[in-house]
Amino acid sequence: MIQTDAPAGIEGLIEPTRVHSRLYYDRDIYQEELRKIWYRSWVYVGHVSEIPQPNDYVTKSIGPTPVLMVRDRNGEIRLLLNKCPHRGNQLCAYRQGNRATFTCPYHSWTFSNTGELIGYALADGYEGESKVGVGLGTVPRIGIYRGFVFGSMAEDGESLMDYLGGAKAAIDQLCDNSPTGEVELTAGFLQHRTKANWKFLLENETDGYHPGFVHGSIFQVTKSGIANLYGTESTALTRDYGNGHTEFDLRPEWRRLGEPLKWFGTNEQRLPDYVAQMNATYGPERARQIMIDGSPHTMIFPNLFIAEIQIFVLQPVAVDETIQHVTAVQFKGAPDINRRLRQQTMGSVGPAGLLLADDTEMYERNHRGALIQDPEWLILSRGLHRERIDENGYRIAHSTDEVPQRGIWKHYLKLMQE
Amino acid sequence: MPLKTAPIHPSDDLAALSAAELHHHVSQFLYHEARLQDTHAYDDWEQLWEEDAIYWIPANGHDTDPETQMSILYDNRSRIRVRVEQLKTGRRHTQTPRSELARLISNIEITLIEGNEVSVRANVLIHEDNLRGETLWAARNEYRLRQVNGQFRLVRKKVGLVNNAKPVFTLSFLV
Repeated sequence: MIQTDAPAGIEGLIEPTRVHSRLYYDRDIYQEELRKIWYRSWVYVGHVSEIPQPNDYVTKSIGPTPVLMVRDRNGEIRLLLNKCPHRGNQLCAYRQGNRATFTCPYHSWTFSNTGELIGYALADGYEGESKVGVGLGTVPRIGIYRGFVFGSMAEDGESLMDYLGGAKAAIDQLCDNSPTGEVELTAGFLQHRTKANWKFLLENETDGYHPGFVHGSIFQVTKSGIANLYGTESTALTRDYGNGHTEFDLRPEWRRLGEPLKWFGTNEQRLPDYVAQMNATYGPERARQIMIDGSPHTMIFPNLFIAEIQIFVLQPVAVDETIQHVTAVQFKGAPDINRRLRQQTMGSVGPAGLLLADDTEMYERNHRGALIQDPEWLILSRGLHRERIDENGYRIAHSTDEVPQRGIWKHYLKLMQE
Repeated sequence: MPLKTAPIHPSDDLAALSAAELHHHVSQFLYHEARLQDTHAYDDWEQLWEEDAIYWIPANGHDTDPETQMSILYDNRSRIRVRVEQLKTGRRHTQTPRSELARLISNIEITLIEGNEVSVRANVLIHEDNLRGETLWAARNEYRLRQVNGQFRLVRKKVGLVNNAKPVFTLSFLV
């Protein structure tokens, strides 16, 4: 069957172990990605802790489109499009706040935070017209898992749980590191702008081949042993969960070392309150296992990156421009570890980050390289010979292998051909 | 040979200097720091800092609490040292090649004199050229300077980027 919707020949640009540079710079492909991925698939939007009170709202996004994430007066989470249906004016110009209604500054139409039109200004001009059906645009499907709010612009489709599949376990693993079982994203987001296609970021988040090289400078200065996780002897794994979700699984290394909180570069003595809370919640045995295993390093397609102690949200704004929104994970009710989580996050990520500034430099060089015509194909074959299937049926290989990247492109091709 | 900042006599009470003299000394110090930054004189710049240093670039506004909210940069003395040591490895890729920089400092106001310390505000424009292209940075800065042995030293520096609530490009040079 001929796929008339797909950009001409997209299937000819993606092979199992190589992809064509055009995928990163072609404007038509980018527009098609917006339609087929960002405005159809499940996309991460925000976290319930960002709008704790009734009538709280915060401006988030789905791809380049701004979205108001709102908690209505009854406590229900809603996703509204930030556009007055009258003449298309941007409705709300603020990042966040608390309000039960939104009034358009252009002609003063007022909407409830559930999206319904409440009233016109100078209503005599609309005599006999119904307000029903004139409300704000909404994201038709909302799915929430352990506080993480996802939206889909498609009216119908698979459930969020089916979509997350095995990657659901990463969100569980993250939340299990909280002594209350809950995480909060309340420290505010850094916004790091980069002139590169979003897929370079997506692929890099679970690339275990680059850290020893891109981050060698900071590993050297801090005498960090982290580089060993990305070496030949490492027992850490890369994993393809399917549906484009990928992981860099450090647990085999942490279990081999067997030291609680080693994953966070610290130990139990330095965080006594946290350790006591964890023991009280989970019991000593389970708490110890959680604190040995640490937090996940998992990229949930297409835009939610759980980076152990940070949450990154990837936002494409043009074919050659992407925003990384990033904040420190906060474990609800655990102030001593939360302070360290913020301090480490501020040091390592964002525009001045000791780690992420160098990743971001690579993204921009990736993008400039893609524009060079020869060679056109990029190679993703690393570790093909040593791939295997884990006990849950997911494809895994060595920590430096390109299993995640191959998995991402397989899913991408499926979406783009639908 | 560049002229050194004229030293303040160590026994001088800052409050006893004339406003013009104090303004001159403060300005000369800020220009000196700017030159060290523009020329990537990492060690000399690092040595300007006192041990109780706080180097802060807020995000999402200018009155946030850096102890609870994310900042673009919030370094104590030890992290300033790590930041400089990383730049010196030659493998801080975002600074290899280094940004070409020229910054202007103006609107220098001394807002408080307290013993051997002064609080200062200044506006800064920084033109950066790197592999990505040209970027203009604008900031309203606040400083706390301490006079030690006749020279000013940095105790606190807050770089208030005017666009800190919006997405910004990588900021890896000394700002």
